[in-house]
Amino acid sequence: MAEFTLPANSKVGVGDTYKAPAGATNVKIFKVYRWTPDDGKNPRLDTYEVDLATCGPMILDALIKIKNEVDSSLTFRRSCREGVCGSCAMNIDGTNTLACTHYIADVKGDIKIYPLPHMPVVRDLVPDLTVPYAQLASIEPWLKSASQPPTRERLQSPEERAKLDGLWECILCFCCTTSCPSYWWAGDRYLGPAILLQAYRWLADSRDEAKGERLDNLEDPFRLYRCHTIMNCTKTCPKSLNPAKAIAEIKKLLVERTI
Amino acid sequence: MDDRRTPLARARGLGSARDGVHHWWVQRLTAIALIPLVVWFAVSLVMLSGADYAVVRAWIGSPLVIVLLILTIGIGLHHGQLGMQVVWEDYTNGALRVAMIVLTKFLAALFGLGAIVAILRIGLGG
Repeated sequence: MAEFTLPANSKVGVGDTYKAPAGATNVKIFKVYRWTPDDGKNPRLDTYEVDLATCGPMILDALIKIKNEVDSSLTFRRSCREGVCGSCAMNIDGTNTLACTHYIADVKGDIKIYPLPHMPVVRDLVPDLTVPYAQLASIEPWLKSASQPPTRERLQSPEERAKLDGLWECILCFCCTTSCPSYWWAGDRYLGPAILLQAYRWLADSRDEAKGERLDNLEDPFRLYRCHTIMNCTKTCPKSLNPAKAIAEIKKLLVERTI
Repeated sequence: MDDRRTPLARARGLGSARDGVHHWWVQRLTAIALIPLVVWFAVSLVMLSGADYAVVRAWIGSPLVIVLLILTIGIGLHHGQLGMQVVWEDYTNGALRVAMIVLTKFLAALFGLGAIVAILRIGLGG
């Protein structure tokens, strides 16, 4: 349900400031959300002055530099540093995106970094994604076939394969899901754009034999129809995918089998 | 309540309602129908501006106008209550949600039937 006031521990205070080292030539200010479950305190926004002259070009480079050289307690997820793993998804300069593919130079003024919105926070920039992962499992994102398995690959025409383009590239970073107001209000029942794009990825796969069963499980006022085409998902996707279109395609398939 | 269900049990919940496509489809059908109806109604009101009581009564007395007026208000209220149901589902929970959805549908039926009776009475000269 919609909440119009913040819980007490959601009020973010002013944190510590870490000055740039003497002799820094190109200082950029990073304001980073900090919260730990260990001290019982409210979250705070720490300020880090980073010398870009000795820093890589991406937001993730700056975060790693801060962790290595200034404050080793800063906690965030990262792995591939090239936009493939989806680990470093966070809210940067007001938009959910990947820290590893977002240029520092593309942000004007101070760079504010928060965890993905409206998820429980494990610590600092690490959100608890247990629910979306469980929702992913609930749509059974694997190929289902009742036919006798072929002795070789399951064949697809090039045209059939092309229908998966724009779907298979999703890295499950959940930038889209956590940008969606419907998911904020009803995330316990609404599947959200990332999961629905995955669901459509299997509906669009010519090799899958469980389309009716998949559509049965999606046809639900909350699982699917909480999407009100707000389009935040498509706007924020760091891989330039279109989850809103995938959801619209699911709705079209449901109408198609009805009339 | 201490929720010890596994994340998958929570995500699956009570399963799919197997419902929603009808609501979605009717919402779109009524929206499409309302485009010409509302345009017709607005144009009619403008044309009738300044007209006296007798002229307006004569206008409502036309069978075509009776049909279009009933369609406009009936489809409009149906579309409206479908939309309000979505708003309650979005922003409320539990007993409040059920109560508001029931109230919305009852009020839509009451206003709809009331308006239809009024149109028929005026139009048919009751």
